[in-house]
Amino acid sequence: MDESSLALPISAVLCAVVVAVMVGASWVLGKRSPNRAKGAVFEAGNRAVGEVKSHRFPVKFYLTAILFIVFDVEVVFMYPWAVVFRRLGWFGLAEMAAFVLVLAVGLAYVWKVGALEWD
Amino acid sequence: MDLLIVFAKCLVALLIVLQVGVLLLWVERKGSALIQDRVGANRANLFGGILPFNLGIVNTLMADPLKLFTKEDIVPEGADRFLHWLAPFLALFPLFLTFAVIPFGDVLEIGGRTIDLQAVEAGPGILFVLALVSLGVYGVVLGGWASNSRYALLGGIRGSAQMISYEIAMGLALVAVVLTFGTLDLQQIVREQGKLMWGVVPAWGVFYQPLALLVFFIAGMAESKRAPFDLPEAESELIAGFFTEYSGSKQSVFMMADFVEVAIVAALVTTLFFGGWQVPWLYRDGFHLPGGLSIPLPSLLVTILGVLAFLVKLGIFCWLQILIRWTLPRLRYDQLMNLGWKRLLPIALVNVAVTAVLALLLQGWTVAS
Amino acid sequence: MTAFWILATLAVLSAIVTILHRSPVYGALALVQTLLLIAAMFALLDAHLVAFLQVIVYAGAIMVLFLFVIMLLGAEDEVRLEGRSALRLGALVSAVALAFELATVVVAKRVDGSALPASFGSTEALAERLFSRWALPFELTSLLLMVAVVGAVVLARRKA
Repeated sequence: MDESSLALPISAVLCAVVVAVMVGASWVLGKRSPNRAKGAVFEAGNRAVGEVKSHRFPVKFYLTAILFIVFDVEVVFMYPWAVVFRRLGWFGLAEMAAFVLVLAVGLAYVWKVGALEWD
Repeated sequence: MDLLIVFAKCLVALLIVLQVGVLLLWVERKGSALIQDRVGANRANLFGGILPFNLGIVNTLMADPLKLFTKEDIVPEGADRFLHWLAPFLALFPLFLTFAVIPFGDVLEIGGRTIDLQAVEAGPGILFVLALVSLGVYGVVLGGWASNSRYALLGGIRGSAQMISYEIAMGLALVAVVLTFGTLDLQQIVREQGKLMWGVVPAWGVFYQPLALLVFFIAGMAESKRAPFDLPEAESELIAGFFTEYSGSKQSVFMMADFVEVAIVAALVTTLFFGGWQVPWLYRDGFHLPGGLSIPLPSLLVTILGVLAFLVKLGIFCWLQILIRWTLPRLRYDQLMNLGWKRLLPIALVNVAVTAVLALLLQGWTVAS
Repeated sequence: MTAFWILATLAVLSAIVTILHRSPVYGALALVQTLLLIAAMFALLDAHLVAFLQVIVYAGAIMVLFLFVIMLLGAEDEVRLEGRSALRLGALVSAVALAFELATVVVAKRVDGSALPASFGSTEALAERLFSRWALPFELTSLLLMVAVVGAVVLARRKA
């Protein structure tokens, strides 16, 4: 069993314990006296009306997330390419250029159509 | 025994993050006071006046956290208790873990062992960082959702939309860095920056990738939702955005996540662009100055100098972020998204292209063999 | 090996929570946990690059999209399907068939992993293969992604 491969789980457990203690601290240390005013959500003095969840939200956020996925995949493909880049030479560059170009066309389309506008 | 060493390194990395995070809180308060030409927090004292003068540091480092931790933990009516607890945990946990791959020193030669000063010796260190940054979004979006408040939810979604927009620019900037150094391993990248250009100048990343540094630094600040990119938190508008409904220690965890992220951006900038723990012309056996002068030093001293160098550089870039925060006005949300998608992304892409072409043309130009 | 059994058990449990929990947000979070555990199992199998890809893309991007959509749609807690016994029967049959297939595969095939080269699954090895032998599928992927982008934009703007 290679000890150094335990480094990540050990780190993860240490960090998790510390953060959990920090988050739980005031539940343990603070008083507990719920009352209606404290439990109400903030609305500058007004009582909140209506269900939070049925509120209509703009579709821009969904678009941003989709664009993010696509470009995240692109970035993630660029990393292994960057590592072996020198071994692949000009052919590798051409490959990645083709890849990026196609996606750049996509970006250009999205840009022109105005889907990147955020009013 | 090896297990103990691994455990010790992880603990040290965690302690560094904790200390830096807490210290940054004080630096921010006093620093912002300095920039705004006022005194800042200076009212608290120990045990009713033991010290002959009041110290802001007592206020910030002891009184404030203690106060926050002992405040009541209010979960808003109708909110999901588990998610309300989970959100701050998910906000801070990946950030703490990121520090585990940051190399804070070269090697420590003790008792015949050579210990690499990096908690988790991950081969693909940069990918590890990127993965944890990706996971950081969940804390924000869940924080907004778990509060059962329209404003918090809006703040949460806007905050996470901002974070993911800048993640791409960050990722692309780092691709260029990987192209330059030819490896994903952070410790290896720092070691490569010890080489000299033309026999004189240390091969720091900033000389090879100034554009990537700029893009990465801006994207890093936007990612941590710090001013001038702090609209999701918009202190005077949405109160506290996605963490409005948090009190006590959960609130302090969110605030601490802000400072820890400052530290992480600073640590990454230091590691990738400014030589990490490298002191110019310092090698494992001492100084080898370009004029030919050689100063031999014991290896322990060399290691300590390296760690100190890392901490000093870390401090400089943390201070730079604090300076920027208190100097520039806030960006509007559409300006913010424009910057991320229409400016930084294309610039970073072009940078990668130029770097790649240059690397192939000038075979000896880039640092990696 | 113990690590594998721990991860596998947790992953299966998370998957069960994903399906059975009545709140879609919890289901999505349980799915994230399942994905992270699978990434850990990839790392256990020495496929480090794939493990990170799994976290960055799947758990870090796609699931964020899922959560956005769930929160934007204000998805309510799940309601049990009443009646529709034909659907239930169909579901049961498919589930049994799938279970049978999986069992067959697990029992029959024994993969001999001893002949793997030392650099198996490393970033360099995978990258070299990807950009030489599998270059064409790689380029086609970019086309696929672009189609996804354009499609998403067209669909999203059709409402207006």
